[in-house]
Amino acid sequence: MMIKFTLNGQLVEVSSDPSRRLLDVLRQDFSLIGVKEGCGEGECGACSILFNHHVVNSCLLPLGNVMNQDIITIEGFKTTARYQAIEQAYIDAGAVQCGFCTPGMVMATESLLHLNPTPTDAEIRIALSGNLCRCTGYNMIVEAVKLASERGKGLW
Amino acid sequence: MTDITNSIPKLDAKDKLSGQALYVSDIQIDGMIYAKTVRSQIVKGKIINIDIPFLPEGYFTVSRQDVMHKNVVKIIFEDMPYFATDEIHHLNEPIMLVVGPDKSVIQSIVDQIKIEYVTEIGVFDDRDAPVAYSFKKGNPKKVFSKATQVIEMNYQTGLQEQAYIEPQGFVAYEEGEKVTLIGSIQCPYYVKNAIIDALGCEPNQVRVIQAAVGGAFGGKEEYPSLIACQLAVALKKVHKPIKLIFEREEDILSTTKRHPSTIHLKAALNELNDVVGLSADIRIDGGAYIGLSSVVLSRAMIAVSGAYTIENIQVEGKVLRTNTVPNGAFRGFGAPQMIFAIEMFMHHIAKETNQDAFAFRMRHLARQGDKTSTSGVFRDPIILEDLIRVATEKSKYHSKALAYSQTGIHKGIGMSFFLHGCGFTGSGESTHINAKVKLFKTEAGLVKILVAAVDMGQGIRTTLPKIVSSILEIPIERCIFDYPDTDFVPDSGPTVASRTIMIVGGLVARAAKELKETWIENKEQSVIKQYVQPDYIKWNEKKFKGDAYPAYSWGVNVVEVAVDPLTYQTKILNVVSVYDVGKEIDERIILGQADGGIVQGIAYGYLENMVAVDGKIKQKNLTDYIIPTALDVSKMSTYIIDNPYPLGPYGAKGAGELTLIGGAPAVALAIEMAVNKKITKIPVTPEYLMELMHHDD
Repeated sequence: MMIKFTLNGQLVEVSSDPSRRLLDVLRQDFSLIGVKEGCGEGECGACSILFNHHVVNSCLLPLGNVMNQDIITIEGFKTTARYQAIEQAYIDAGAVQCGFCTPGMVMATESLLHLNPTPTDAEIRIALSGNLCRCTGYNMIVEAVKLASERGKGLW
Repeated sequence: MTDITNSIPKLDAKDKLSGQALYVSDIQIDGMIYAKTVRSQIVKGKIINIDIPFLPEGYFTVSRQDVMHKNVVKIIFEDMPYFATDEIHHLNEPIMLVVGPDKSVIQSIVDQIKIEYVTEIGVFDDRDAPVAYSFKKGNPKKVFSKATQVIEMNYQTGLQEQAYIEPQGFVAYEEGEKVTLIGSIQCPYYVKNAIIDALGCEPNQVRVIQAAVGGAFGGKEEYPSLIACQLAVALKKVHKPIKLIFEREEDILSTTKRHPSTIHLKAALNELNDVVGLSADIRIDGGAYIGLSSVVLSRAMIAVSGAYTIENIQVEGKVLRTNTVPNGAFRGFGAPQMIFAIEMFMHHIAKETNQDAFAFRMRHLARQGDKTSTSGVFRDPIILEDLIRVATEKSKYHSKALAYSQTGIHKGIGMSFFLHGCGFTGSGESTHINAKVKLFKTEAGLVKILVAAVDMGQGIRTTLPKIVSSILEIPIERCIFDYPDTDFVPDSGPTVASRTIMIVGGLVARAAKELKETWIENKEQSVIKQYVQPDYIKWNEKKFKGDAYPAYSWGVNVVEVAVDPLTYQTKILNVVSVYDVGKEIDERIILGQADGGIVQGIAYGYLENMVAVDGKIKQKNLTDYIIPTALDVSKMSTYIIDNPYPLGPYGAKGAGELTLIGGAPAVALAIEMAVNKKITKIPVTPEYLMELMHHDD
């Protein structure tokens, strides 16, 4: 079946089984390796992508569901000014350790700030609660989101 | 020159943030095929027949029939086969690999393989104890016979899963006779040596390269050697590049975890209600194969008196062999179990004898010059009292403890004191590891740091170059630390035991000093340094006597909780930690390690619940094995007090494990205060609390 969707700003077509996981399509067919597989069951968030600018686990998303939708991965997002602000905030807050959850965290951060440019601490924690991190204990990531929000005024 | 502690941006952060860092699952090689493991469906028994379906062209099975030399994983105890023999010892034991080009075809072959077993009854108690150690300090027999009072308690700790977010995996390929493995690993030379043993080949025929590692926490210390041996054998059969990545469920159900323990403690008190003697019986469940369990047991036994000095000690320790998945390395390595037990015990002794628990514990603190549990000497200054003072002030421990001790508040505050021996136990560094590091300066003046230490998130891709750049006074961009590749780096030992900064970093610093003194512009130069144990460190491995570690890091954790009186759910309200890690090589990196460590340690104490029933682990993914999310974490404050260790680089000691081991007793003591019942078991789940509350003691 031919599935058309927007991937990182480009219209793409994939002729494939619509039940395939979007995660596999992105990694295998498009070599978008910033989308990570941590659990394969929607629990860890390492495979987070933006689906119409909402953070979604791509391991739970069948290819068929993205027909005519807008998909952004870290590879597409990293060219934006918003990414620059988030990147610097993560570096300055010390929010990166092993890095395996990190692209997913960045997508969750973007999804939150897009909807709510000035989130409270509690709102940040809720927004990140679908993304597991085993290294940082989260607080430096929460701090990074706050920093990005403060510094990125007007970006969101 | 600026203080080394001042934070700099992590050198690998941009690659990781933008998703460009290459983890093993991201690596593609032309013509690469895949592998999946066929595992035992029974807990114990014998294989009587394996029925393999017709294999399409290009598909193979690889099993013990294909082993070229030794079918055993080279760990401390060489008892674990990498392909199961006819005898099955635990559920999900690896029996064979199915390899081939298409993952779905591989899966259908795996599904069609029929294995017939004769099932036997498994062992899950203490009847099989292949490792038993004991040691004593002073004259425990005498003090117990003269004691005015003897107090006994029993403590239990559960399984804990490392839950690194990146599952285990390797990519393997051949170049002529040589096998190369790229993996998510902590110890490139452990993997290399295991493959040499498995294939019976020459060292130059095996190359091991580290990929970016998505977390490890000990889980990628010894276990990856097993997968690597399987893949090396497979390569010799199929001669094509192979990728094997575990799925989460497979990872949780078949890899090593933290050893559950039962620790029986007995204290002899004198007429002043001081502890003059301590007797301990420590049992850890090693699972079906011993692997590293004997070393985990040693560390637990040596930590017997925690941060206290007790003059007379008797310790018995056993590794139990049971028909469960083997347990192994996990951040803390036996210490978290023991520190939980001794911290609870000290508190319980005080309660039992109607003493103020804080004053009682303070009275027993270890001091510089005291004898360690193994009759060595605490040579270096101990600033534990300073740590405790800062922790109590910052957390308002005393006023809160007083307020929360009233009934009906359902809140508690708990404080743990602890130490962690840095580096390998005993003479491990000098007799087993003998670390070697190399600095290589190119003609252009780039300095390459050649060590086998792995950055798995703890930041050594930043801190090691930072040490070199600071000593050589050259920009950090000119200090190159690539992922280790055994074809180029000497064996500086495994990335374990909080040894990397202190031991490897110490050697790197010495090499950098020498390079600075001998620096010649526009000329290639190299400096090699090898570890030499300080001659005053003496250790008798058989008797557990002498200095078990070259140095100790110290810590205090304070945890504040609220316990819901209806659901018995615990909520963490605040965490204050104070550490002595010698000197921070990078403040932000240490604070990040501290946050991650304490969250794992607290969760070990109350949240992370993994249970094996008759050899079957009940939690098999991250949906039912719950690790903390951002919502489970409270405000955390960490304070570091400098206490430089003369032999560490800039005075640095170990830090990685220290930050985990005090979490469980601190949260358990806080919960104990909130519910006013004695806690003797972790994790303190709502179910356990409900049992306690409904049990009249």
